[in-house]
Amino acid sequence: MGKRILKKEEEERARLLMYRDRQLSRRILQRVKRKGQELREKLGKSPVFMEVCGTHTVAFSKTGLRKALEELIDLRSGPGCPVCVIDYGDMDKIIALSRLENVTIGTFGDMFRVPGSHSSLEQEKALGSRVEVFYSPSDAVQWAEKNPCHQLIFIGVGFETTAPMVALSLQEAEDKGLKNFSVLSLHKLVPPALRTLLTDCDLKVDGFILPGHVSAVIGREAFDFLSQEFSTPGVVAGFEPVDLLGAIDNLMGQMLEGACQVDNNYTRVVRDQGNRTAQRVIKEFYDVVEKSWRGLGNIPYSGLDLKEDLKKFDASKRFPVEISTPNIPQECRCEDVLTGKIVPHQCHLFGKECKPQKPVGTCMVSPEGACGVHYQYDNN
Amino acid sequence: MCLGVPGKVVMISNENRTALVDSFGVPRWVGITLVPDVEVDDYVLVHAGYALEKIDEGDAEERIKLWDEVLEAEEEK
Repeated sequence: MGKRILKKEEEERARLLMYRDRQLSRRILQRVKRKGQELREKLGKSPVFMEVCGTHTVAFSKTGLRKALEELIDLRSGPGCPVCVIDYGDMDKIIALSRLENVTIGTFGDMFRVPGSHSSLEQEKALGSRVEVFYSPSDAVQWAEKNPCHQLIFIGVGFETTAPMVALSLQEAEDKGLKNFSVLSLHKLVPPALRTLLTDCDLKVDGFILPGHVSAVIGREAFDFLSQEFSTPGVVAGFEPVDLLGAIDNLMGQMLEGACQVDNNYTRVVRDQGNRTAQRVIKEFYDVVEKSWRGLGNIPYSGLDLKEDLKKFDASKRFPVEISTPNIPQECRCEDVLTGKIVPHQCHLFGKECKPQKPVGTCMVSPEGACGVHYQYDNN
Repeated sequence: MCLGVPGKVVMISNENRTALVDSFGVPRWVGITLVPDVEVDDYVLVHAGYALEKIDEGDAEERIKLWDEVLEAEEEK
């Protein structure tokens, strides 16, 4: 009996692990290379594909696919790393909050080293501020429960994927009757950023590789506007080598056939209409507001603020802080990297003044930032 | 930041809507509010301490099979 259960589990796991199977990936890579060659001949140049998810940025480099495909596709990273698109002003606000008496900042690890105008949470912690890194906002609620004398401000960053989790942590705090837990909501929404990118930027993107886990929440259909309004195809993709290659294969196929639609290649997780419960949670806890994005500026209806009736949990209302005009490093070209105008090594600070050990911009500091990823995996 | 880890639901606690999820040998209690119809033995995708969505295993298998068919047909040419 026990053996049979184990065998069943092994089979189930094997099914999921097939998406990182080397032999299968190699076979698909051969097909993608053939198609890529054909497409290059047809276009007279490499097609420009853009991924808009930091986890995809890492996956393409870590698997070696970025290098393997560099002759055939011009692969750009868009504004898909939530830490990278944090506005300098917002980062300065977080720093100011960390300096308040009796306040502990709770954050995802990615935020720890992000530079504001003059400092980072890492530096503030060294100077005596209290900063705690959490894997889950739910862990932050438990920390607040155990430390009733500290005001814990959780920094809510991330896209549609993460916003429901932060909302649910507020529910947990409410259920526990906590008075020392609040959230600074800096959550952002992906579709409005893509709309801005397609409207305002000169870069001609031939196809989008769409973020799998954002799509799990909002659904494939939320990206239909790409093909319908901007005649640009897209494909929702997972994060394993077979998923990544499948996405490239799909976009190349669409271009060769003259098709233009938003497909879903991650159907094992993403439904056409997304996760309705998660969408309801977002609607219930947040208002859709204008937010400022590094690289893209102010975008209407592109972010989430906590609703008015949740103001007792809203750190921006409970702890108002004044900040001066942000000081933005002039030579840093994160803005151009985030909009896909340049690839990281085209910035002249890349690998010289700006390295992961001493980053100038967010794209180098974030583990999912295009510059950091290129430096770590693709830098010769 | 949108990293998700697949895992199998081993046990459900309806009291606080959490489930014990085994991610390839690493167990963790995660919130299951976003996947209301989840059952023991289901596979879920976990993000930041909560199950984000159920994984459709049948679909996962089907797509791999499709790849095999497509590639075999091409390689025979």
